[in-house]
Order: sequence, then structure tokens, then C-alpha cells
Amino acid sequence: MPDASTWDWNPGRREIQDTGSWSDKFEWVEEFHASPDGEKVGAVVHKSDLEFTACVNGETWEEDYDRIFYPKFAPDGRFTGVAQQMGEWTLSVDGKHWPENYGYIWKTTFGPEGSIICAVQNDMEYGMGVDGVLWENFFENANNFTAGNDGKSTAAVVQVKPMGQADIETFQKGIYSVAVNGTVWDDVFMNCYTPVFDAKCEKVACQVRKTLYDYTIAVDGKIWQREYQCVWAPCFNPATGALVAPVRLGGKWGMAQDEELIWNNTFANCWHQQFSADGSKLYAIVAPTFGSFTVAADGKPWSITAPVVIDLAVSPDGNRAAALGKDDKAYTVMCDGKVWSGVYEMAWKPVFSPDSSKVAAKVEKNGRYTVVLDGKPYGQDFDQCWEPVFSPDSSKVLIRAIDDGKFIRIVAEVSEF
Amino acid sequence: MTFDRKIEDAGLERGVSRLTPERIENTLKQVIEGEAGAKLKLYAETCMRCGMCSEACHYYMSHEGDPSYSPAGKVHQTLGKILRKNYKVTAEEIYEMAQIAYTECNLCRRCVHFCPLGIDTGYIMSMVRRMCHKLGVTPQYIQDTAHSHSATMNQMWLKDDEWPDTLQWQEDEARDEMPNLRIPLDKEGADIYYSVIAPEPKFRTQLIYQAAYIFNEAGVDFTMPTEPGWDNSDMCMFTGDFEMMGRLKKRHFESALDLKVKRIVMGECGHAFRSIYDQGNRWDAWEMYPIEVVHSVEFFWELFEAGKIKLREKFKEPITIHDPCNIIRGRGLMEQSRKLAHALCENVVEMTPNLEHNYCCAAGGGVINCGPPFKNVRMKGNKIKAEQLKATGVNTILAPCHNCHGGLEDLNHYYELGMDIKFFGDLIYELMEKPE
Repeated sequence: MPDASTWDWNPGRREIQDTGSWSDKFEWVEEFHASPDGEKVGAVVHKSDLEFTACVNGETWEEDYDRIFYPKFAPDGRFTGVAQQMGEWTLSVDGKHWPENYGYIWKTTFGPEGSIICAVQNDMEYGMGVDGVLWENFFENANNFTAGNDGKSTAAVVQVKPMGQADIETFQKGIYSVAVNGTVWDDVFMNCYTPVFDAKCEKVACQVRKTLYDYTIAVDGKIWQREYQCVWAPCFNPATGALVAPVRLGGKWGMAQDEELIWNNTFANCWHQQFSADGSKLYAIVAPTFGSFTVAADGKPWSITAPVVIDLAVSPDGNRAAALGKDDKAYTVMCDGKVWSGVYEMAWKPVFSPDSSKVAAKVEKNGRYTVVLDGKPYGQDFDQCWEPVFSPDSSKVLIRAIDDGKFIRIVAEVSEF
Repeated sequence: MTFDRKIEDAGLERGVSRLTPERIENTLKQVIEGEAGAKLKLYAETCMRCGMCSEACHYYMSHEGDPSYSPAGKVHQTLGKILRKNYKVTAEEIYEMAQIAYTECNLCRRCVHFCPLGIDTGYIMSMVRRMCHKLGVTPQYIQDTAHSHSATMNQMWLKDDEWPDTLQWQEDEARDEMPNLRIPLDKEGADIYYSVIAPEPKFRTQLIYQAAYIFNEAGVDFTMPTEPGWDNSDMCMFTGDFEMMGRLKKRHFESALDLKVKRIVMGECGHAFRSIYDQGNRWDAWEMYPIEVVHSVEFFWELFEAGKIKLREKFKEPITIHDPCNIIRGRGLMEQSRKLAHALCENVVEMTPNLEHNYCCAAGGGVINCGPPFKNVRMKGNKIKAEQLKATGVNTILAPCHNCHGGLEDLNHYYELGMDIKFFGDLIYELMEKPE
């Protein structure tokens, strides 16, 4: 993972690029993307006659392509895009594309050491690849692609048996399993969803639909002995390796850990659970009653509710949590069981400072964007901005924004909010 | 009332072959006593058998007043029989109930408007389908569609790459006509998330092309997602697989919420609207959709009102307009659809009856998805619709719903009506001002 301590954290505003001038150079400029450190801005650009390339800080890649999509900055600042030439697809990284072409690649993600992971289709078979090295085995279909936090381990739900058109018998006997690094589990199931690695990338768990009516959880291909009316995505405790998943019993949702309920099935819904980094606390988005959502910490819901709650974030020390509340078209930030006073047209997932003492979020108001820290907005709004990044010592906030056609990076002291 | 119209279907045959009396009794009891609320019992107990609902049903009207096709008659043969026999019904009776619930009721809710007590027979039939699903007795083809939903999150078995690849193909095609056209993928913060149902990328790609053209010409800030969740359709709602319905809607709405868009605009589909504003969202415990959803009829009218779509000319031939159940009785878009139709066409000829009393297409509610074995059920069961269409004396129908299109096209061929059927998007694309 790139070391943010090496970034420029000197307070002040610095103009990085006059993005407004790009439109003079190209027929069109697609969406802007900012590098994590705020030192680069990039976009896919259309040169002419359906020739596309990427532009980063005003410099275009040497190579032109028929199309580029999925543009993304890697955490270390490389700009990547899935690129098409002559009907074949590859990945271009800072303008240098991988030597191999593929039937299709997509869903680029990045490992902490800079590896690049993609879903791949070749000759109508499906699998995954890391830095262009593909699984040995490909499958008739694959989806629910995921990667472990080591940046090397990959998994997906795969179809391991053929099925004829409208063959409901074969489908219900099970044609799906999970492939981990291309090696498929022994057992097949009717459906599998959302495989997830444990912290050490030694185990993989997923949701399983055993029959049309019975859901459970599988770990390394072995299913829990208990069945539920439904389940949502499981996750591992990063410290103990225990596995938790929201489960539905008797028409209500609770939380199960290694098959047994640890939160009673009292909720109208329960999903998106997250452990604290030390594994001592478990948070989730829950609906204590129909139509009314909030955050629960270790099974205890906050007293504040909203019709919709999304984007749960847990602080690094695990003692705090924040999420977004949504009522009709109005977004609010919920933090530690209280609602910030601001009401926004849109809000992005809250970000905690490394020392867990502060929370910031990108928000939109009156069509303009800014960053709010502990409920207080930065003194300026922008045409566009990206989600805030705290300095390693938690004293400053990096604001990446476009203001009057200029891409800027602002390092603001937290006291400026 | 005897059931003398059994149709062979591999899914129904397979399902009943596995039933035991115990499984039937336990499952029916579990659904009625464990899942269904007071509403079902209330409906069952308050129906007076007055027969007012009969003429509401296109199947009844098309079968010379055969009472077994009337809404109350269908309840009598399904839920009524289950309750009368105290859950002790036979496997063969389950087959009959499944055939009635899945293929002889479109859940169109026209009969609600005729019932003096407001009984929603569509809801009752939905619960009968739920029981059949729990018993594993579902028609083969719609069950296969439900399997597709569960495996791919779309109803047409499209693989993850085939969706963005199709959007890029349509973008390329459209650029021959409008060189600067874009279909922005995964554009975070766009105003509009445009969602469609899977038959569009599979069979009706021109609708994606046309929508992209219209949005680009009107300057709409829109995006389409690359990830599953893009398909807003929901045949699991119609098979009675409510757990999968909830999973589909979770994926759909979270796909839009993750992209931080302001609204979802959905293509010209009817049943998906029912799933996003009524049934699917509520299974997930959202009282209303978690992000505003606007039907294309509303959105197109919004663009017209704002002057963002300008017409080169109006459609000159007489045209009639079909009112799809889910967006008219379900959403109340009769006014917007008329404004839009009149803005586009010089001579709009109303059907009789129309608006909330319009006859159903007989395809919706998952009936067309039950496939070839039941095609004649739809054809013979909707003679009244063919007569209604013929009586307009026009050659073109506007129908802003995919299922309605499928149903009306089949009727058109079966009854040799010689009519052309269009979406609003077809007309707008055809008639709008385009740059030289």
C-alpha cells in the first residue's frame, strides 16, 4: 500500500492542472479521475475519428485505442484503463498495455502491493487474472469476482456443469461452485454468492442456496449444518477467523456466527456487517422495524433511524461508526448514534481519521461539492471534488477538487473546518 | 366447478410428482398461517360471490362467460378449495391451482376496480403462486427465468461481460448516426441511472440505441452500470420466490446507490415497476424505493415539458394507446401517457374501455414467461382484447411496456389484426429533430 506519509502534507492550495484547457485539445473529455495523493488528474479523451487515449496531467498516452473504459487510478498513482484495439481487449497501465489480448476483461481492482486483478473472458470461458497471469482453469461462466487483501488470492462463483436450455432439473441439482485461484471446490450448489477471503487469505466463505428455499453459508466448500430462509454476505472476524452472516429465520433477520445466532432474529433486515480491525466489535446496518433503518453495534441499534441507511464505515480503533441516512431525496451523515445537522443532495461514505477522532465526508449541496468534517463544511465548495483523505497524523485533510476548470489539491488543517 | 383444461408442462408435472399429502398440507398451512397476513383471510372471508368481478377479467370475457375464469371463480378453485378442504388437497389439485394462478391470471388488478369490497384477486393469486413455489410446482419456462435471475441477476442468462459489451456495441452503432454519442458507464454522480430489463440487450437492442440517442440529444446526464443490478425485471416476484425477489431488488438499488445517482429512470417496462415500488423493495424492508424511480413515460414527458426534445413532425396516422396495468393502475401514469401521446401524434384514438379500466394484454404477471405450452391460453383467453383493438379502426398501437408488447404482438398475429405496435421511445426517436 502506498505510504501516505511520503505525500505532500504542507498546508495550502496547489494547482495541479488546468483541466479546462483539455477540451480545446480533444474532441471530448470523459469523466475526470483523481489520483489518491492528489498529484494527478486523468481522463479518457477522444482525439478524433473514434480514436481514444488517456490524458494524465495534460500528457496523453502514446497509444491510441478504439475504446477505453473502466479508467481508474491504482493506489500508487498509475492510471489504468481497459482498452480495445481491433476488437480485442487488454489493460493499459500508464499507456503501456499488457502484451496479451483477451476476449473481454473488466472489473479492475488493485492489491496492496500494486497487483492488478481483473475478471477475464477468453474464448467464451471465464476466470480471473492477476497482473495478466490467468487461472489455469476457466469456466463456462463466472461472476461474483473477489480478491483477498494479499492482492494475490482471487475467487469467483463458477459454473462447473453444463446445462441445456430451460433444464430446470439440472439447475436444481446444482451446477455452481466457487473457484479459488482457479481451483474449484468439490461440492456444487444451486447458487453461490459473494465469496470472501479471511484476513490471511487461507479460507473462503460464501452464501449458498442449497434448494429453492434453503440458504446457508459455506466455508471452503463445507456448508453450515443449519439452514435459513435467506442469508446475506458473510464476513470473517479479522482476529479470530470466526465467520458471521446475516440470516433470516421466521421472517426476521439476525446475525449468526459459525451457525449460531449471536444477534437475535428481531430485525426487518440486517446487512453490510463489518468487524472492527481487532475483531472485538461488530457493526451492521439493521432495520429494527419495517421501513426504518439504523446502525447496530454488537446487536444494539442506535436510537436514530432513517428510511434508508447506506455506506457504513467503522473507525480504525473500532469504537466509532458512521453511515449515511437517506429520507426521500435528502442525505444526512449519522455518526455514533447522532445525526449531523447538515442535509445534502448527495453524500459519500464517511472517512475516519487514522486516530479515529475525526470523520469527514464528501457532500453535494446546491449542485456544488465540498468536504464536511465532524459536521462542519470546508469554507469553499467546488465544481467537483473527491472523497477526503486524512494525513497519517490525523491533523490534516487532503481535498482533491476541480475549481473553475483547475484541478487543485488542498491540504487543510482540521482546524480550518 | 370442474377443471377440464389441463395443459401438460414439464415443470408442473415434475413438481407434483414429488408431492406427498404431508408436504402439501404443511406447506399450505405454513404459507397461509405463517406468511400471509390478515389481508388474505379478510379477502377470503368477505367475498360475497356477487360476481361483479367477472366482467373485469379478460379470460372470463373471452370464454363466453365461463364462471371458472371469473376472478371469484379462480379464487374458489384455488385458495377457496385449500381453505374448504383444510389444506388437505391432492397433488392433482395443486397442478390445477398452479395452472390457474400462473397462466389464467395476469395479476393485472382490473378486477379490484369492479369489486364492491375492493378485493385484490391479484394478491390472492400471488399468494397461491407463493404456495406453489414452496411446493416446487411452477411452470418450466418461468422457473428457468427465475433460475437465470438467481444465477446472473438478470432474466436472460446474460453473462457479466455480455452486458457492458452490448452497451458498447450499441454505442458504436449509434455513433454512425451521432458521432459524439456516449453511453457513460459507471459514471459516479450522474443525474440519471438508466435501467432496463434483460430482453433489451438480448432481443431489443434498438431500444438501448434509441434511449441513448434521445438522452444524448436532450443533454441528459445519465449513466448505465457495468455490474449486475442493471436488470430491473423480476420474474421471481411472479413465481412466488420472494426471497430471490428481495435479492434482486437489493442488487438493483445498491447498484444505483453506489453510483451516487439522483434517480433511476427505467425503460418502458411495467412489471419491473411493481417490483421496485411495491413488492421487491418491501421485502427488503424499504417502505418505498430507496432511490427515486421514474418510468420512461414520466421521464420522456419531463423532457418534452422542458423543451429538451423537439419534434421534426408528428405521427400522422391514427394511433391508439394501450394502458399497461402496472404503470396505469399501479403508478397512475394515465395523464402523462396521454400528454406524451398527444404531443407526439396528431390523432390519438382511445380504446374502449381505457385508462384504469383497460383490458390486459394477457402477457403480464409472468404469463408470457410460462412459455409455449401456454401460448394458446393467452390467445384464446384474450379474444376480448383483440376485439377491443380491432374496434379502434387504427393500424398502430402505442404500448409502453415490454410484456404488453409481447402479448399484443402475439394477439396481432393470432387474430390477424395487421397492427403495428410501438414504444414511446420508437416514436420519439422516429419523430424528433435530429442534427444534420
